[in-house]
Amino acid sequence: MAHHGEQHYNLEQRFDFTAATKKSIMTVLVIGAIILGIGIILGMTGVGHHEEAGEAGGHAFHWYERLFANLWINNVFFTGIALVGVFFFAIQFAAQAGWSTPLLRIMLSMGSWLPIAGILMIASFFLTGHSLFHWWHAELFDPASPEYDSIIDGKGAFFFWPLAKGSFPVFYIARMVIFFGFWVFFINKFKQISAQEDQLGGTSHWFKMRSWSAYFLVFFAVSSSISAWDWVMSIDTHWFSTLFGWYVFASWLVTAVSVITLITIFLKGRGYLEMVNQNHIHDLGKFVFGFSIFWTYLWFSQFLLIYYANIPEESVYFVERLTSDVYGPFIFVNLGLNFFLPFLVLMTRDAKRHGIFLKVVCSILVVGHWVDFFLMVQPGTLGHNGGIGFMEVGMFLVFGSAAALVVLGALSKTNLIAKNHPMLEESYHHHI
Amino acid sequence: MEKDTHFILGVYDDEDVLLHAVEQVRGTGVKIHEVYSPYPVHGLEHVLGYKRSRLPIAAFLFGMLGTTLALTMQFYMMKFDWPMIIGGKNHAAFPDFIPVSFELTVLLASFGMVSVFMISSNLKPWAQPRIFDLRSTDDKHIMAIDIANNSAIEVDQIKEILRSSGATEVNNKSFE
Repeated sequence: MAHHGEQHYNLEQRFDFTAATKKSIMTVLVIGAIILGIGIILGMTGVGHHEEAGEAGGHAFHWYERLFANLWINNVFFTGIALVGVFFFAIQFAAQAGWSTPLLRIMLSMGSWLPIAGILMIASFFLTGHSLFHWWHAELFDPASPEYDSIIDGKGAFFFWPLAKGSFPVFYIARMVIFFGFWVFFINKFKQISAQEDQLGGTSHWFKMRSWSAYFLVFFAVSSSISAWDWVMSIDTHWFSTLFGWYVFASWLVTAVSVITLITIFLKGRGYLEMVNQNHIHDLGKFVFGFSIFWTYLWFSQFLLIYYANIPEESVYFVERLTSDVYGPFIFVNLGLNFFLPFLVLMTRDAKRHGIFLKVVCSILVVGHWVDFFLMVQPGTLGHNGGIGFMEVGMFLVFGSAAALVVLGALSKTNLIAKNHPMLEESYHHHI
Repeated sequence: MEKDTHFILGVYDDEDVLLHAVEQVRGTGVKIHEVYSPYPVHGLEHVLGYKRSRLPIAAFLFGMLGTTLALTMQFYMMKFDWPMIIGGKNHAAFPDFIPVSFELTVLLASFGMVSVFMISSNLKPWAQPRIFDLRSTDDKHIMAIDIANNSAIEVDQIKEILRSSGATEVNNKSFE
């Protein structure tokens, strides 16, 4: 570190997405699809759960509802990872950070999942929205109906404006389309400026990127919160929590930083990114550690206030989960995986500086935060018919490996290093 | 010669020169007593070969003590000493105890860490600090070498090593 000699790194390096790597990811995808298939068959034949008519909002439970819920969990989860990867990219520019320069392309390539995620999300909303979202039932808004719900009626315009409540959720879908549209627009903008910078050099692209990052962050702040209400909180239509947007964002953030760390360690293992050393890994580790505590802080803030005040319309959310045989244990799994494990394992400096600890913890965190989303979505959509079985594991593997294929594919298309980034030199000398 | 009384001081005016000088001087076998600088020099403790501070261990232990004290206190008070029903919860309502436990953990960890740091660095309020060279509080880095610690090497030779490592001045300093 004290030797500030000339550094000669290969700045033209590209990630070679080898056939062997593709094949192993494809294998996981196929295994996931098989497990999902088994889950679907088990669901269709009615093995593994007890159908009780009259439950879950007065209609009988169908096996495909569980498939829909899984689709939705993974849609929201992987959209969030992709989006927050780009958010982290934008933060580097807004904060004028230099240390992270060799990692920028990793963050940006995570956003490549977003166009696909958007299509999947919009398609699955049309396909499954009616059975997933309680508020999409016309009778709730009809004062003459015995099902009339004055609370949901009061919230109806948030979904259905300008059409009649209970008809078609134009406002909701418009938000979804606009959010995805702008996110993809910003990602393309970032990629375009990055490509120009690679070709032309100079500092002007950095300043341009910083401005666009700032616009993106403002848009992200509003859109990420509203998507959390729309996509997740509206499942429990009566219930609301004012910090829900933050809570979902924190979950996405921990997962996205974990994924950035995992890809970095993977690339280092393949011999790329030789300028990334233990100091950069240490910083990523600190982010994983810190944001895990941040997530816990939000989770607990939400829980404690509701628990302490004990107002029925608020506490129902946790009663539904804690007293359930299906979900009760997962509350503690959630806290164990996402708080106690990273907190205790990553506490020391050495653990944050060595890839092996981070590899284990980050992989567990990705699963752990999936469990978090599982706990947000399934109790409200499936009630006691949910749980973690073949369908959940299979769908997670299918989505995860598909996203990995897309992201690594995008990563292999450009230079791994932003070679003309004005702060590249600074990142070589990063030392903590 | 008595220890801790007679010193040779190398004065440096650039931190990069200083960092290389420390490596160079240590490379010749001269033992450095301490380096004084007006601001934290990044990587200095590394080239001086200092072991990593064990302060975090103290912080962790004090933190654990804080957590234990906080939980014991609250359980004792709420369950045994003066049970109260608050918000319809159990007497020993664990989630209620978390904020206080958190605060006491942080409080004891930080107080403990600061106290241990003060004691181990001999920073008691009535301590009389030894000033090797006043300019180390302004714009010079001072490398102090205890002559008694380097009896194997001639004083003149040490001075020569300091000069050749980039010291702008080499001085003697003695304390009573």
